[in-house]
Amino acid sequence: MSTLEIRDLHVSVETENGPVQILHGVNLTVNSGQTHAIMGPNGSGKSTLAYALAGHPKYTVTSGSLTLDGEDLLEMTPDERARAGMFLAMQYPVEVPGVSVSNFLRSAKTAIDGEAPKLRTWVKDVKTAMDNLRIDPEFSERDLNTGFSGGEKKRHEILQLELLNPTFAVLDETDSGLDIDALRIVSDGVNRFSSGGDKGVLLITHYTRILRYIKPDFVHVFVGGKVAEEGGPELAEKLEEHGYADYVGEGAAV
Amino acid sequence: MTTIEHPELEGLGRYEYGWADPDTAGATAKRGLSEDVVREISALKNEPEWMLETRLKALRLFQKKPMPTWGADVSDIDFDNIKYFVRSTEQQATSWDELPADIKNTYDKLGIPEAEKQRLVAGVAAQYESEVVYHQIREDLEEQGVIFMDTDTGLREHPELFKEYFASVIPAGDNKFSALNTAVWSGGSFIYVPKGVHVEIPLQAYFRINTENMGQFERTLIIVDEDAYVHYVEGCTAPIYSSDSLHSAVVEIVVKKGARCRYTTIQNWSNNVYNLVTKRATAAEGATMEWVDGNIGSKVTMKYPAIWLMGEHAKGETLSLAFAGEDQHQDSGAKMVHMAPNTSSSIVSKSVARGGGRTSYRGLVQVMPRATGSASNVLCDALLVDTVSRSDTYPYVDIRNDDVAMGHEATVSKVSEEQLFYLTSRGIPEDEAMAMIVRGFIEPIARELPMEYALELNRLIELQMEGAVG
Repeated sequence: MSTLEIRDLHVSVETENGPVQILHGVNLTVNSGQTHAIMGPNGSGKSTLAYALAGHPKYTVTSGSLTLDGEDLLEMTPDERARAGMFLAMQYPVEVPGVSVSNFLRSAKTAIDGEAPKLRTWVKDVKTAMDNLRIDPEFSERDLNTGFSGGEKKRHEILQLELLNPTFAVLDETDSGLDIDALRIVSDGVNRFSSGGDKGVLLITHYTRILRYIKPDFVHVFVGGKVAEEGGPELAEKLEEHGYADYVGEGAAV
Repeated sequence: MTTIEHPELEGLGRYEYGWADPDTAGATAKRGLSEDVVREISALKNEPEWMLETRLKALRLFQKKPMPTWGADVSDIDFDNIKYFVRSTEQQATSWDELPADIKNTYDKLGIPEAEKQRLVAGVAAQYESEVVYHQIREDLEEQGVIFMDTDTGLREHPELFKEYFASVIPAGDNKFSALNTAVWSGGSFIYVPKGVHVEIPLQAYFRINTENMGQFERTLIIVDEDAYVHYVEGCTAPIYSSDSLHSAVVEIVVKKGARCRYTTIQNWSNNVYNLVTKRATAAEGATMEWVDGNIGSKVTMKYPAIWLMGEHAKGETLSLAFAGEDQHQDSGAKMVHMAPNTSSSIVSKSVARGGGRTSYRGLVQVMPRATGSASNVLCDALLVDTVSRSDTYPYVDIRNDDVAMGHEATVSKVSEEQLFYLTSRGIPEDEAMAMIVRGFIEPIARELPMEYALELNRLIELQMEGAVG
């Protein structure tokens, strides 16, 4: 079993006006085999947590710890974290012109595995994963994220999740901007990934609707840069009815 | 020297072609330029009187013209210290084995004989110092009347073509360095493609400077007759020395009615070579001229391949790529002159600067009064890999009629933190991620290169990017 442990995490972000403190002591433990949903209003620090986990250079951990099976993630660069088993499905994947999707996927797979994938099985794996996500085959010759629609970007993130097969997946608002069909396709992808029972999922979302397709074991409500309430799936239902109004006002204004 | 953000970068930009052969020929060569030197070169070649006269006239023009004060800094060139003519072997070879061992070894290391063996090229010329030392063309092309030889031999065997075309596209007095070249030229390629003949596989020339303080002044003349086609590819390398060498070529191309010519250069001189080259083509009615110009090496490059669109519906295209590392300045671009109605031109320029290097795009699009219905598009993108490098754009436009479609777009971008983060968050190490971004940036030009050069370019970028990030 693997464990991702977040202890008293304080994080600030670089802005034009200097660093701004966003996270004020987050505690969270994710074990493999579990799906955790992090929910909260806009500006509550959900995405900051995602970036801090992946090691984005604009986010500075000012105190606290972040460990994966006891290994200090804070000591690792983003690529080292990825090779240690972390994956972040991004909310806004960036365009990289001139780098084809197929070249990118193969480079990433080679980096994660430490050796180039066997050509034959790799081509088959990519095709299967793309079929599952209803991605057109010609997609692999396109430039990375360049001119992709919102839905294509999200499906491409999940395609990477399936092919790179990390231990822990952080999904940063993967559901935002998806229509109902795309939401189901993407959710199926996440469920395929976690179906073996040895993966941990940290699902960051603003809305409850993705939780109809991906069933969380735990729900954490994020407000003002810390966890305001925790519970099981029933907490999501409560949020569905009452929204975040009960929490806001206790310090959500960050 | 520029201070570099990442100290681990110093000592980078490893140059793979920097070895030097023993330099017996160059050691005894004379330094400096005078009328005697010009006469001596001409006499050694047994040239006709008119060529000697052309040379001497050009020498006077060279001496009269001031050094250019625009573009890159060339004020350190010491013309008195340069060796203007170095003969490395007495006889031109037609098989690699006939070459002196040192020279053959050099071309082996560069992979040229192998390319010929694999028939990746239709003809090969190899210039070592001042002269072409090896030359070969496929028999079937020769039978079709294609001429591909070194320019000295061309002058001897086809004087009528030289009288008509030599210095017809680029007069000696065009600029200081075209005057210099015309005075002391030696070697280079002479190509004639007869009417309607399509040379499907490229003709290739390979230029190598071995002697320190050598001046290489090759002169290339290409005539593509009506409805013919040829692709010519040249590559250039030199040893690494502590003091500078000069490469100052002149390339003239005549593309006749309905013909097409593509000229590809991969310039990878070592970082002590001043590369000051004048290239110009004329395109007649319905003709197409394409320059693909890759500038990777050299200390300073000033080069602006030009196309004069002389006939109606002539097309000109320049794809240029510049890569500047520490202590390098690539001042390159293109020049399009629309002389006839309904002509079109396109310039695409991509440059990458790192480690304090500097790239400049300098281009001119000129549309004459009678060139109505013409169109031109200019696109130049610069990529800065760090904060100590520099890129400038100097686009000049001179349009003298109202019926012209002109597009211009220029961007300067930095490798973005977000792109690097995205790729590294997928496990890709930062230097490899950087190389991927740079390769992606130049991909629209790299895909136009012959395969072996495209691969070479990729490898080179990887080397340059290793450890390029902190």
